[in-house]
Amino acid sequence: MTSEAVNTAAGGSTATGTGADTIVDAGTRGVGANVGRPDGVPKVQGRFAFSSDLWADDFLWGHTLRSPHASALIRGIDIGPAVAMAGVYAVLLADDVPGCLTYGLEHGDQPALADGQVRYVGEPVALVAADHPDIARRAAEAIVVDYEVTEPVTDAEAAPTADPIHPDGNIFREIAIRHGDLDVTGEVVVEGVYEVGMQDQAFMGPESGMALPDEDGSVELFVSTQWLHVDREQIAACLGIDEEKVRLTLAGVGGAFGAREDLSLQVHLCLLALHTGKPVKMVYSRDESFLGHVHRHPAKMWYRHHADRCGRLVKVEARIVLDGGAYASTSSAVIANASCFAAGPYKVPAAHIVGLAARTNNPPCGAMRGFGAVQTCFGHESQMDKLAAALDMDPVELRLLNAIAPGDRLVTGQVITGTFPTAEVIRQCAYAPEPEIPPSDDRRDLPGGSGRTTDAADTVRGTGFAVGFKNLMFSEGYDDYSSAACRVSDGVATITCACAEVGQGFVTLAQQIARTELGVDEVILAPAQTATIGSAGSSSASRQTWMSGGAVQAACREVRTQILADMAADWGVSPDGLVLRDGLVVSLDGQQEALLAQVTAGAGYEADVEYHHAPTEPLDENGQGNAHVSFACAAHRATVDVDPDLGLVRVRDITTAQDVGRILNPTQAVGQIEGGIAQGLGLALMEEIVLDDGLVRNASFTDYVIPTTLDMPDVTIAAFVEEPEPGAPYGAKGIGEPPTISSSAAIAAAVRAATGQPLPRIPIRPADIALG
Amino acid sequence: MSDVVVARSLDEAQGALADHPGATVLAGGTDLMVEINRGLRRPSHVVGVAQVPELRQWSIADDRVIVGGGVTYTEMMTTPLADAAPALAQAARTVGSPPIRNAGTLGGNLGTASPAGDTLPVLAALNAKIVVVGPDGERRMALDDFVVGVKRTSLRPGELIVRAEMDRPAGRQEFLKIGPRNAMVISMAGLALVADHDARAVRCALGAVAAGIPRARVAEAWVAERIDWDNGAGVDDEVAAEFGQRVAAASSPIDDHRSTAAYRRHAVAVLATRALKRAFTEEGAADA
Repeated sequence: MTSEAVNTAAGGSTATGTGADTIVDAGTRGVGANVGRPDGVPKVQGRFAFSSDLWADDFLWGHTLRSPHASALIRGIDIGPAVAMAGVYAVLLADDVPGCLTYGLEHGDQPALADGQVRYVGEPVALVAADHPDIARRAAEAIVVDYEVTEPVTDAEAAPTADPIHPDGNIFREIAIRHGDLDVTGEVVVEGVYEVGMQDQAFMGPESGMALPDEDGSVELFVSTQWLHVDREQIAACLGIDEEKVRLTLAGVGGAFGAREDLSLQVHLCLLALHTGKPVKMVYSRDESFLGHVHRHPAKMWYRHHADRCGRLVKVEARIVLDGGAYASTSSAVIANASCFAAGPYKVPAAHIVGLAARTNNPPCGAMRGFGAVQTCFGHESQMDKLAAALDMDPVELRLLNAIAPGDRLVTGQVITGTFPTAEVIRQCAYAPEPEIPPSDDRRDLPGGSGRTTDAADTVRGTGFAVGFKNLMFSEGYDDYSSAACRVSDGVATITCACAEVGQGFVTLAQQIARTELGVDEVILAPAQTATIGSAGSSSASRQTWMSGGAVQAACREVRTQILADMAADWGVSPDGLVLRDGLVVSLDGQQEALLAQVTAGAGYEADVEYHHAPTEPLDENGQGNAHVSFACAAHRATVDVDPDLGLVRVRDITTAQDVGRILNPTQAVGQIEGGIAQGLGLALMEEIVLDDGLVRNASFTDYVIPTTLDMPDVTIAAFVEEPEPGAPYGAKGIGEPPTISSSAAIAAAVRAATGQPLPRIPIRPADIALG
Repeated sequence: MSDVVVARSLDEAQGALADHPGATVLAGGTDLMVEINRGLRRPSHVVGVAQVPELRQWSIADDRVIVGGGVTYTEMMTTPLADAAPALAQAARTVGSPPIRNAGTLGGNLGTASPAGDTLPVLAALNAKIVVVGPDGERRMALDDFVVGVKRTSLRPGELIVRAEMDRPAGRQEFLKIGPRNAMVISMAGLALVADHDARAVRCALGAVAAGIPRARVAEAWVAERIDWDNGAGVDDEVAAEFGQRVAAASSPIDDHRSTAAYRRHAVAVLATRALKRAFTEEGAADA
């Protein structure tokens, strides 16, 4: 299969500045070129097979019975009425889990099925397999669970002193960062308390998959996920079988954004398939999806910034409380990120930052695009604006004065050794031309949009600016390596990698890399699976371009070395004088040339590599250490029109600049930036899981709203700031998360500028503006 | 599984409903199918009416507009119906996305009878009569008598919503609606206001701020006396602001996951003030 590249125009955006003219290998279908996605056209045409489209002969439908209570003891479960229903093949409870009952990404504290107790609304209690999805659903409803409801713990700040709701206690992690002279005080001090609501990843494709049992007791699982191998590890432990007996293949993923990093239905599908001996499929409904995956941690943050009279930061104090919900998920890493990046991309000589991730009876929270940095960016950028006001200083100048640069230390003591052009990113974004927003009578351009609430005369305009950053790859000593195999046979390259394509564009990039490294045009990307290739790590943490891109590059280079060595021996020349290009092996002196298809005829050449990033180390008891591999920053300038009487907002423009290292595919870069900004806009203005004593009140796209085309403004990319990152393949940094980190804070700042309201909480609700 | 009858005529629909008076009527399905897909409803009998020609009809006369229960939001947004009942078109435009508006119908909006039903304040402000047919023949009633509570109607078993007959007054019509984003929203507060220059009346009705669809009758009467009907029908800012407060007094909103009572009451006042000023003092901005 060759990719059918179709170049799609980057909708509505302009890419200018240092980006487009310094790409690595423009004009080909290799690295740096605007190669279209192989899955782009099928997705647009509705022909792409998502995990919800899986089909097999004689399969059953699975369904999950979930807890209606945030906290309850289970006194008994009567599955009799469900088992008695025609068409029901299995009803499974916690006792039917043959291996380890609990799983988890960092701490295995989450039961695959509730065992005597439920700790959040939506916790899986029982599984049903039936020959029709509606029968499975009805059978689940027929199960009688005798609950003894108990008082839930729903306040993260109160959780540490409340009675433990889990044997592991109510604290996932407390972290303290003590950096520099903590007794120092500034001449100017500003203080603030900020809050971020619980955002959902709101991917379009709900959790779905299919498990197929084998006669030897093994199971094959097709599923949409972010990390096949860590799924396999957890599934095998719960099933009590060897990992080799669990084979995963990535099914078509309809978005992820962190929500597919934890297990959802993986263990359940395999249990039902092995129990019934039949293929079993599950597709969550939209409502169920909101209960079936982790969310972004809601945050409460107290900040005190100290600066000298000129605006130089002297000290940052912060206390951050994240509500982790009922189970650990990645809370301990999220609070580490939130704390490490709490001061923003600034030179801060002294910092005292205390972070707490607490367990409550709210829905579990875990990974979401930005991973802790989003919450604290809203805090530190709100503080920087407050500080600028206290100093009577331009907020952009204040940021430039304090911008961190290579050679500076983070509050964790780590010296920035890679590229980190924070000041350039700030300048490129803040000093980009003001957007041209022509006056419009069309109410769709005004706050309230199609609701016709607002005339131009009812609006005030505001502009806000924010900059944020985060780590690339996993941190604190974690070796999140990737694996890839490359085979070149008959002149065609085949790449095998378990990297989960969740929409980020790896399927395109892997082919671009192989073309560039091997001088071939035809590149086959084998399915992502666990049977024949090692882990690629997670499609998260802005890491796959670097890590799996690096693995593919290394595998291709290994094959290239083998081919050139053989040809050099054949021709009696040095391999240094040979290259692969245009489907040929050629010597640079022009004396030798051979068709790669002939050179690699038959078995061809093959290499299988593991790619590791530079090691990191854990944080010490003062939160100090070289815990992170690399960093990337982005800045956003938001221009908004606000109807202050009704509290309605129309974002008119987002201008951005981003530290990208190198752009490997301009169109995909624009896509990441526009999509990330849309998610940031959602968090700023509308996206929030509303909870009432642990109960999700808006588990639907009717009431959990995400931006529409009438909410999303034009995005102006003022610059891709390209300073190649040493050690990164092609110098490219991951670009998926920075667009989401500071866009929310910039929009909030713009609404503040328009209204004069303090607005210490996102999402900003109409009443927050209109009623102060 | 449901027993489904797809009616091809009003007679067939009535016959099917007579056979199963408890049957659920399916028009565009934009409310019903959501509930079925969520497992909230499992109707034993369904009568599909999307292909009943009599329900798809509409007509425009000098003094009134008649819209069949099967007329879609998209059709309400389209000339000439949109010109004859502008507020109905404005309200229809705020419903969902284009595919939803292609499927959803006026009769469905009435049958669901949600306080947040977007066309309902328009019907109330246009003095609409809701016409239903059933085993006992035809009944006509005001919206107040049709919507009797949150998602509750006075439809009797076997009855079917046939059409709404509304006024076509001389004067501007305004529909305004607030949601948590700029399109595709369930109403947090909505308002329809109609100027009737012949009757020298203002009619104003509210959505999503009470159990029903209240008319702000006290405010209507108050403001009608303060409009200079003979000389350009202007209204000054203080009157408009006071009108807003008086309209808000007709609301009885609640706190829920979508908004707060305090915001809804405040928003209704702002919407009423703006709607009145648009209807009586402005040429009006281009409509979305």
